[in-house]
Amino acid sequence: MESRMKHRVKVSINGKEREDEVEARLLLVHYLRDVAGLTGTHIGCDTSQCGACTVLRDGEAIKSCTMFAVQADGRQIKTIEGMAESDGTLHPIQQAFWEEHGLQCGYCTPGFIMAASYLLEHNPDPSDDEIRIGLEGNLCRCTGYVNIINSVRTAARIMRGEVPAGAES
Amino acid sequence: MIPAAFEYARATSVAEAASLLQQHGEDAKVLAGGQSLIPVMRLRLAQPSALIDINPISELRYVVADGDRLRIGALTRHVEIHSHPLIQQNLPLLAAVALEVGDNQVRNLGTIGGVIAHADSAGDYPTLALMLDAEIVTNKRRHQARDFFQDLFTTPLEADELVCEVSFPISPGAHKYIKFRRRRFDWAIVGVAAQQTAQGWRVGLTNVGPTPMRAFAVENALASGASFAEAAESAADGLNPSSDIRATPDYKRHLARVLTRRALEQAEA
Repeated sequence: MESRMKHRVKVSINGKEREDEVEARLLLVHYLRDVAGLTGTHIGCDTSQCGACTVLRDGEAIKSCTMFAVQADGRQIKTIEGMAESDGTLHPIQQAFWEEHGLQCGYCTPGFIMAASYLLEHNPDPSDDEIRIGLEGNLCRCTGYVNIINSVRTAARIMRGEVPAGAES
Repeated sequence: MIPAAFEYARATSVAEAASLLQQHGEDAKVLAGGQSLIPVMRLRLAQPSALIDINPISELRYVVADGDRLRIGALTRHVEIHSHPLIQQNLPLLAAVALEVGDNQVRNLGTIGGVIAHADSAGDYPTLALMLDAEIVTNKRRHQARDFFQDLFTTPLEADELVCEVSFPISPGAHKYIKFRRRRFDWAIVGVAAQQTAQGWRVGLTNVGPTPMRAFAVENALASGASFAEAAESAADGLNPSSDIRATPDYKRHLARVLTRRALEQAEA
């Protein structure tokens, strides 16, 4: 009885504050998708391996299937919906995945983009090995990863100002 | 997959956590980083009646060099262990091993106290704690690592006892950890740690039994002047690893010997 008690959470998602009553067992990914309606964060494996559900919590990449929504209380969450500008201009990482064909089916892409965003925040000029290690928590069953690595390398160059966004590389 | 319902309470101090654990009884669990606990709850392999969330306890987040010991607060996360200058200087083996745990997302949440309390013999930190004679400090007492890892997932922790700190002897000497697995984020099929100390070599093994193991035969052979290759031949002595989806017992024993030789040969300060 008491275990079904609801807990109040106050979360900033992509810069917008919201407050909800949630059960303690509600996973953050279900909160984002089913309560906040942000279905860009995907559930892939449900076993904490694939990284499709990766979001940023206070700027740090985490797997939202491996955290309860109550643990996001008072925190800032950023999802794939928070990456592009409000006018639809893609984030450089999104732009680079587009240009380098960094996706096929696209299911894993939101997780890869959020993991890449965390990686590039900490290492603006990663080597290919560093990109591979930085993305080790994300699985893609289509691409074989080569184009994903290319995408992150291109995104890093755009973000360092070496290539204008939108220029074919 | 949705975990079974549970009661949830946040603790903001060690005393409050202990009192909440006492109040909720032995089916309550401590929630630290959650990177092992939440996956097993999702599979309903664990169905705790209550979770006591200790993440708000700021007094459990610290790294202190204290004489010849390095004291690490239980809530110190893998990402912090890997990059902390005091750990890199005083216990570089631990800093290196932290980067071998899980992936970035896991390392941003997982904690050293959680790994130690979980006592999975496939975990990497328990091997270091055992071989280096770490102490596990709780709200009630100090445990020697050699008495702490009793069996798979089994420790002397009481229902209202909380891991607060892991205290290692400072060990800046030559070291190497080799975690053998097929994909970077996997558990070790077998892991071997080697650390040179003032008292000689210490060698520990991951995932070759129900607890972490110390390769005393290898350490003794090295102390008697054996070469790395000769000493490593004893690495599987007395081991009785279980078979699992990744390896047979024979293969794990083989890996223990090969990886021990490589770890000793590749050890650097």
